[in-house]
Amino acid sequence: MNRAPLPDPSALAEGFWAAARQGRLVIQRCHACGVLRHYPQPRCPHCQSSDWGWTEITGRGVIHSFTVTHQAFHPSWADRVPYVVATVELDDAVRMVTDLDEPAEMVAIDAPVEVFFDRIDDEHTLPRFRIRQPDNADEQTR
Amino acid sequence: MSDTLRNRCAIVGIGHTRYTRGTSASTLELQLEAATAALADAGLTPADIDAVMPNDMSDRIAEEFILNLGLEDLAFTSTMHTGGASVISAIQSACMAITTDVATCALVVAGRRGYSEQRVSTTSVRIMPVLATVNEFEKPYGNLVAAQWFAQSAQRHMHEFGTTSEHFGHVAVTCREHANLNPNAYMYNRPMTLADHQSSRMITSPFHLLDCSLETDGAAAIVITSAQRATDLPHEPILISGVGEGHGSPPTSITQKRDITFVEGMHFAGRRAFSMAGIGPHEIDCAQLYDGFTWFVLASLEALGFCGRGEAGPFVADGRIKLGGQLPVNTHGGLLSEAHVSGMNHVIEATRQLRRSVEPQRQVADCETALVTNEGDFHEGSVLILRRREP
Ligand SMILES: [Zn+2]
Repeated sequence: MNRAPLPDPSALAEGFWAAARQGRLVIQRCHACGVLRHYPQPRCPHCQSSDWGWTEITGRGVIHSFTVTHQAFHPSWADRVPYVVATVELDDAVRMVTDLDEPAEMVAIDAPVEVFFDRIDDEHTLPRFRIRQPDNADEQTR
Repeated sequence: MSDTLRNRCAIVGIGHTRYTRGTSASTLELQLEAATAALADAGLTPADIDAVMPNDMSDRIAEEFILNLGLEDLAFTSTMHTGGASVISAIQSACMAITTDVATCALVVAGRRGYSEQRVSTTSVRIMPVLATVNEFEKPYGNLVAAQWFAQSAQRHMHEFGTTSEHFGHVAVTCREHANLNPNAYMYNRPMTLADHQSSRMITSPFHLLDCSLETDGAAAIVITSAQRATDLPHEPILISGVGEGHGSPPTSITQKRDITFVEGMHFAGRRAFSMAGIGPHEIDCAQLYDGFTWFVLASLEALGFCGRGEAGPFVADGRIKLGGQLPVNTHGGLLSEAHVSGMNHVIEATRQLRRSVEPQRQVADCETALVTNEGDFHEGSVLILRRREP
């Protein structure tokens, strides 16, 4: 599937995309104060420490908001309209943007989601989200 | 808060092109036409200008104005990189330069070929430092343009506060009604109803076509000088009483805002501008609110304290923002129905209202104080408060 424009990983975020290629979702964690952050920056906004590492998160959360896009704002998305773009709020208190394969009527604010990894090519694997069946998934965690 | 700039500078000239869809003129030619008109309105010549503030959204540079207007000894130029918030931020910088005697007379100019060239409905991806994280983490998922970012804010606003698409529609219809009293508006003679709004095609939910600002070609400009010098010029000076900008955090993505329904930068900017002017929202006679999308108007009314958080939907639904209402908004038609001139057309309309020089049918009665907003892509805000005389 055409997903242009594909990310051209920044030096700072290389670890994020490398982990995604291995099927893991990681974000920055400040080694000084422990606060998680996303999108990547060299310093912690809470304590200004530049000491950080990647930490794996579960990739579970809920839809914070969404839009169903009918207009082809970029030629590479023209054959996919209408499509759903959502902002998901993860349990780790960071947000990520995803498109959703679900039909628009299934999408609602606060619907639970989980991450999956969509391999586009050797270079690019996109962490994406899908609606999670609450019962099933919660059973598995227990 | 500082009142150093209060009433120290004035808008003495305004000018603009026709607002069209389709033009053979370049963006520079459009901006030069607007600049020349503003200078003529001010009773000044290019030789009087020693500061130029080009606009971020059109990629025009000071050198082009030096070359084409023959500005042989420019003392000051600066370009604000805050997208839709940059016109009023540029006005603030011009006031700072004039008040400190760095410069004496500034040309602030904006304009774009939003129909003939920079169509936002079919945009390509722009490479700018401020867009770095959005380009890397959002555009691969199809979250490409401002309409989609703010649609999510609007969706969440509906979820939290019960705001409806009809509320957005009241903003669109109000702007259109006002545009139909303004022969220079692109949508003049093109009436629109709430039903038209509701049935217009969906762009990116909850935004219909008629929730989105116009793609038009055109330019607009103003001339600013000291209040003292302004008294020698042909028009009654329109005083810059309060001005402010605000940024909020995080500043590079809407989706990462702590509260995506709150235009935090606008709130900060308004606090500064009201404080500088020494007045509050209840003393504003009309408001020209940056309306890239209908939802911006609701969000701005809340952020500036014209109504409480979450109350803007009902606030606009009963005619309060129409001419004759408590707070007439976008009496020219706004970006939604006059033209998209990066908000400079809002500054020009506020100036005209205070000069009492608009068509009688859209003149706000006893207009003494007007407020103008600009809103940038990542909730940068800027706010301008103009008065026709010192109280
Ligand atoms: Zn820290």
